[in-house]
Amino acid sequence: MNPILKTVLQRLGLGLVTLFLVSIVIFSAVTMLPGDFATAILGQSATPETVAAFQRQIGLDRPPVLRYLFWIGGVLQGNFGESFSSAGGLGGGHARTVVSLIAPRLKNTLFLASFAALVAVPLSLILGMLAALYRNSIFDRLVNLVTLTSISVPEFFIAYILMLFLAVRLPLFYSLASVSPETPFLERVARCALPALTLVLVIVAHMMRMTRAAIINLLASPYIETARLKGVSPGRIIFRHALPNAWAPIATVIALNLAYLIVGVVVVEVVFVYPGIGQLMVDSVSARDIPVVQACALVFAVTYIGFNLAADIVSIVTNPRLLRPR
Amino acid sequence: MTELGYWTEQVKRGRISRREFMGRAAALGITTALATSLLAEAGVAAEPKKGGSARFGLAHGATTDTMDPAAYPDTGTQVPFWGSMSNSLTEVDAKGNITMDLCESMESADGAKKWVCKLRKGVTFHNGKDFTADDVVGSFRYHMGADSKSAAKAVLEQVDDIKPDDKQTVIFTLKGGNADFPYVVSDYHIPILPSENGVGDWRSGVRTGPFTLVSYEPGVRAKLKRNPNYHKPGRPYFDDVEFLTIADVTARTNALTTGEVHWISRADLKTLNLLSRNPDVAITEVTGYGHYVFPMDVTAPPFDNVDVRTALKWALNREDIAKKVFLGHAVVGNDSPIAPSVKFAADPKPRYTYDPDKAKFHLQKAGMQNLKVNLSVADTAFNGAIDAGVLYQEHAKAAGIDINVVREPNDGYWDNVWLKKPWCADYWGGRPTCDWMFTVVYAKGAAWNETKWANPRFNDLLVIARAETDEKKRADMYAELQQLVHDDGGAVVLVFNNYVDAHSKKVAHGEIAPNWEVDGLRIAERWWFA
Repeated sequence: MNPILKTVLQRLGLGLVTLFLVSIVIFSAVTMLPGDFATAILGQSATPETVAAFQRQIGLDRPPVLRYLFWIGGVLQGNFGESFSSAGGLGGGHARTVVSLIAPRLKNTLFLASFAALVAVPLSLILGMLAALYRNSIFDRLVNLVTLTSISVPEFFIAYILMLFLAVRLPLFYSLASVSPETPFLERVARCALPALTLVLVIVAHMMRMTRAAIINLLASPYIETARLKGVSPGRIIFRHALPNAWAPIATVIALNLAYLIVGVVVVEVVFVYPGIGQLMVDSVSARDIPVVQACALVFAVTYIGFNLAADIVSIVTNPRLLRPR
Repeated sequence: MTELGYWTEQVKRGRISRREFMGRAAALGITTALATSLLAEAGVAAEPKKGGSARFGLAHGATTDTMDPAAYPDTGTQVPFWGSMSNSLTEVDAKGNITMDLCESMESADGAKKWVCKLRKGVTFHNGKDFTADDVVGSFRYHMGADSKSAAKAVLEQVDDIKPDDKQTVIFTLKGGNADFPYVVSDYHIPILPSENGVGDWRSGVRTGPFTLVSYEPGVRAKLKRNPNYHKPGRPYFDDVEFLTIADVTARTNALTTGEVHWISRADLKTLNLLSRNPDVAITEVTGYGHYVFPMDVTAPPFDNVDVRTALKWALNREDIAKKVFLGHAVVGNDSPIAPSVKFAADPKPRYTYDPDKAKFHLQKAGMQNLKVNLSVADTAFNGAIDAGVLYQEHAKAAGIDINVVREPNDGYWDNVWLKKPWCADYWGGRPTCDWMFTVVYAKGAAWNETKWANPRFNDLLVIARAETDEKKRADMYAELQQLVHDDGGAVVLVFNNYVDAHSKKVAHGEIAPNWEVDGLRIAERWWFA
C-alpha cells in the first residue's frame, strides 16, 4: 500500500476518535459549569418558573447523557442542530441552526487567517533563510530582535500599539474590522489590514526561528560542506541542498501556526471587533449554548487534526527514506 | 386659552412639528421672530436637521441575542429592537414623566383597578397592517400565562384580564389598584407587536417604530432605515442607523476618535479626561435610576438584627467609593433605592455618612463589641464591586467591623451567589416609579426580594399607595416607604451610577433621558445630525 495513503487513512481514523473524545470532554465541561442556558440568558431576571419553562423547551430537563447521545446522533447524520438561542420564542418557526451561525463566522475567520498566512509564511521563510545564510550578522540579530520582541508582548498590546499609530495618530487604516457579508473584497482587505498585521507579528518569530534553526543545523552537515567545497553558490546550497531536508520541521511549525490563526485569535477579534468564530465560541460558552460550543470545538479539532496531517504528509513526501520504507 | 397659546402648547408637547407651528403662527399674523422666541420659551430648540446615516457603538450584544422581547438582556437588543424599531403604549420622557405613545389616553376607574386605553388612530405597522386593539392584547398576552419565559412576566402578574372593547380601545383589569400602571406599560419588554390569532409575533421584526429592520447579525450589528410612515410628526431625523456591538472599551474609544462611529456608550472613565480634550468629541453624563447595592439577607444572622444593619450602614464611606471606584461619575446613595430624579423621591433623614462612632454605638446596642461578616463580590454584579468591597473593608475596620471580602467567580454569579449568600453585591437598572422598584425588590414575597425583608407597615402601605390617585397623599406615603427602607431595610445602596457616553460633535441631541441608558434607549429616534 502506498505509504502516504496509509498514513492519511490511519490519521483520519485516529482523528475521528479524537473528535469523539473532544466532543465528550467539551460536553461534560460545559455541563459541569454552574448554570445553564436558561439562567445565563435570563440572568438576574430568572425566576424559577421562567427558568423551568425555558429548560423544558430546549430539552435541558432531560439527563445529560441522553442529551449528548441525541446530539451526537444528529451530528453523525450531518445535523448539528439548532442553537439554544433559537428557542427564544415559544414554538418553532424561527430556527437558528448551528450551521447558519457558524458558517459566516468561519468564513470570516478563514479569510483573516489566510490573509495573515499569505503574508506571514513567505515572510518568515525568507527571513529565516536569510538569517541562516548571514547568521550572526547585524541583519540576523536585527531580525531576531524584532521578531522575538513582537512574539514576547501579548497580542492585544501589539493590536493597541498598531491601532494607536496606524489608525488614530496616522489615519492610514480602519480601527474597526467590522466586516459584513456584503462588504466588497477590497474594503474587506483594507479593514482586515490591522488585525492581519497583528497576527503576522505574533506568528512570524516562531516560523522564522524554526526555519533558521533547521537550515543552520543542516549547513553544518558534511554534504553541505562538500557542496560548498565544490564551489556551489550560497543561494543554490540553501534552495537545492539544505531546504529539501529542512521541510519537515518547518512544515510542522507552519501547521501549528496556521491552526493557531484559526482557533486562537479571539483576543484580536475582540480588539478589532472582527466577527470571527472565536468570539462566537466565547459568547456561546458564557451563554451555555452547548450545540454551538460543541460545533465550534469540532471545527477547531478538525483544524488541528487536518493541519497536523498535512504537516506529516509534507515530511513524508520530502523525505525519500519515509516515502520508500524497507 | 388663545389660539396661539393652544398651538404653543401643542408644539411643546410634540404634537405638531416646529414647522407646522411657524405656519400656524404666520396665519395668525405673528412675526417669525416672535414665533421663534415663543418656541424658545416653550423649550423647543431649533428644528433638528433631517437625514444622514448614523452609527452607534454599543457596549453590549452577544451572538445568542434574538429579537424576542421576552429577553432583551441588554442594550445590544434593547436599543435597536425596542428603542429604534418599536413603540410601547406609553413612553417616559426626558424629565421622567409619562407621555402617551401608541395610546392617545389612559383613564383609570374603580380605584385604579381598571384602565381604559384609547389607541392612537392611523398608526400602521412596517408592513402596512393597521394597528388595532387586538395587537395590544396579543403583545401583552405573549408575556403572560404559565408557559411564558418573559422577563416581563413578573411585572404583568398584576394584570387580571386584558380585552379589546372596540377596535381602538383596550381595557386592562388589574388584580389590585395601581395608579402607576401607565409606567408599567412603558417597559421595553412590552413593545407592541403585530398579532396573529391573539398572540404577538416578534419573529417578523415588523413593528410600529421610527425605523424598520434592514439586517441583523446577532452580537455584531443591526442596520435599520427610516420608517416613512412613522406616527410621530417630524421623527425620526436620521435616514439610516447602524448599531455596532463593540465590547472592548478601548476599541470603542478608538472607533469614536477615528470616526467609525458617531456615538459610543459607556466611555472609559479612566481616560475620560484625555478623550474630552479631543475637540471633535463631546461627553454626556446623566444620573440614571440604576444603582449598586450590597443587599443583606435580613433573615440570616447577624443581619437579622436591625442594629447590625444600621452599624454597617454607618461604617461605609460612600463618598470615598464614589470618588475612587467610580471616579466621581456617581451620586452617593442613602440606602433608599429611589433615584433623586424619580417622581416622589424623598431624601430620608438622617443621611448615612461615614461615622465609625455611630457604627460602634449601634454595634454595642446589638450587644457586640466587634463583628465579622462575609461579603461576596464579583465584577459581574457591577464593575468595581471588588474594589468597592475592599474599600468598605478598610472603612469598617475603624468601627471594629471585620468585613471578609469573598471574591466569587463571575461565571454563574446570579445562580450561586445572588439570593443565596447572605451578603453580596448587586446591580439594579432601576425602575421609573417608586412602586415598581419597591414591588419588584422590596415587597414581601417578591421573587427578587434579595434582602428577604418583610416589614408589615411597609407592605401594607405599599398596596395602599399603589391604588391612591391623590398626588399629595401618594407623595407622603412614598416618603414614608422610603424612610422605612432607609431605617430598617437590608440594602446598602452605595451609589446611583451615571451614564457616561461620548459622541462626535457631528451629532446633536436634546435633553437626555435618565430612565434607561442610551437616552432612554431611544437615541435613534431622538438625536440628529448637527
